[in-house]
Amino acid sequence: MSKINIHQIREQFPILKCTVYGKPLAYFDNAATTHKPDRVVRKIKEVYESMNSNIHRGVHYLSNQATMAYEQARNKVQIFINAAHSHEVIFTSGATGAINLLANSFADTYLSEGDEIIISHMEHHSNIVPWQMVCKRKKALLKVIPINSHGELLLDEFEKLLSTKTKLVAVTYVSNTLGTVNPIEEIIEKTHANNSLMMVDASQAVQHLKVDVKTMDTDFLVFSGHKIYGPTGTGVLYGKEKLLNEMEPWQGGGEMIKNVSFEQTTYNELPFKFEAGTPNIAGSIALGEAIDFVSELGIENIAEYEDELLNYATEQFLQIPGMRIFGTASKKASVISFLVNDIHPFDMGTLLDKMGLAVRTGHHCTQPIIDYFGIPGTLRASIAVYNTKEEIDRLVAGITKVAQMFG
Amino acid sequence: MTIKEIQDEIVEEFSSFEEWMDKYAYLIELGNDLEPYNDQYRVEQNILEGCQSKVWLHAWMEDGKVYYMGDSDAIIVKGIVALMIRALSGQSPQDIIDSDLSFIDEIGLKEHLSPTRSNGLVAMIKQMRLFAIAFKAQQA
Ligand SMILES: Cc1ncc(COP(=O)(O)O)c(C=O)c1O
Repeated sequence: MSKINIHQIREQFPILKCTVYGKPLAYFDNAATTHKPDRVVRKIKEVYESMNSNIHRGVHYLSNQATMAYEQARNKVQIFINAAHSHEVIFTSGATGAINLLANSFADTYLSEGDEIIISHMEHHSNIVPWQMVCKRKKALLKVIPINSHGELLLDEFEKLLSTKTKLVAVTYVSNTLGTVNPIEEIIEKTHANNSLMMVDASQAVQHLKVDVKTMDTDFLVFSGHKIYGPTGTGVLYGKEKLLNEMEPWQGGGEMIKNVSFEQTTYNELPFKFEAGTPNIAGSIALGEAIDFVSELGIENIAEYEDELLNYATEQFLQIPGMRIFGTASKKASVISFLVNDIHPFDMGTLLDKMGLAVRTGHHCTQPIIDYFGIPGTLRASIAVYNTKEEIDRLVAGITKVAQMFG
Repeated sequence: MTIKEIQDEIVEEFSSFEEWMDKYAYLIELGNDLEPYNDQYRVEQNILEGCQSKVWLHAWMEDGKVYYMGDSDAIIVKGIVALMIRALSGQSPQDIIDSDLSFIDEIGLKEHLSPTRSNGLVAMIKQMRLFAIAFKAQQA
């Protein structure tokens, strides 16, 4: 039995009690964004009510309060991902913000014409486009690790792509569309053996499994706050101190400077060098609260409970005639992408919605995966810690009913 | 019939369904019954690409009236395409330009009109009007 007290958890998410079209909501779009527990919502309110002030610059009381809370949130992230220093944690607007920051700073510091960056076929657009953009700017080359029909990376092919020109390997830990958990430590090992740097996109990992940057020894890691029960507009870039110190900041202005004259500017130290302008203060503080929520439940307990639900859901789904699941890797987390017969995902998604069943439809910002399978998109049910077996039963019944409607 | 009369007729039809399921079942039926789209016109410039489903639209002019042909890869959208064609096909360019297409709202499919990335219905209506505007310009 899992250690999760589902009743106690659901009590903390009032939105789960809402009805849509007169039906109780069953929310299965957690890979897009999770709901926020009460304490996170209250934290945002508390910040604006009791410590609203700009950080790092005021001499006055409120500014000190806000600064301390913000830096405490940074410490929480540090401990959560086991970074060596809190200044290795840069707050961003999300995973996309973090990857764009890294891509630009990385390119300006380390990337030259003819160099290569490796990503994979299962990346989110946010981990494709920024690299495409900097590769174009620097006349560098973007290479792609292929996948097989189970939605697993072909590691042999990956090794063939590695060369002295490879400057960075940027791969997702968990696929948001297929649920595949990639053998990230093996990938990092091979990358380092090739003297290249590694970035892990942990956007779909931190909320489902233990992520430890020291054990995995990654050079960079990103995740978004809003997929781990935190506010939208928050995220994190982690980088090893030495590399962050070497890299040029991408955006300028605000507290990221030490001295500005019209002739020359010297940059502030880490982490401020990479946090130009006034950041999402309340958001990042509340992200700290979300991390407390996850830590108190215990990520291992969450993983165990979600695995139970995923296995149950997969078994039930496979009972439905015409069911096709995309992403059948041996190691998966919390996501089921599927189609039933040839029913268009938009059609089924529309009808499920009417039954109060919220799933995602379309390409999930991973068009290359959809193209690989040659389909118009999928329906995606993604599970969070507050989902239940009963909700899965409702979903299965809903899918079955829609399939019947289409005969 | 005028566009207004056709719309009233559609609203009347839909008002007979009490359950949303029946409305959608009817839309699916309309989608399945839509005149096949001529593959000759399945070209890039006739595609309206939403994030979720594709719509193909083609228009031509005959005796001063605009006629439409349409398709979608999603059946529900195809059903709505069928309704739109029923409302606007065979009307004069000016009538199409001036039309007030309130029926989609009235038959309870308003969420399909929302200007989100998820579907191209707003784009579809806009495109049908643009065809009419173009034909009107040719007439002048
Ligand atoms: C694997 C992955 N990477 C990156 C992102 C982008 O995250 P954000 O919306 O926080 O920018 C997502 C979100 O869908 C994701 O699933």
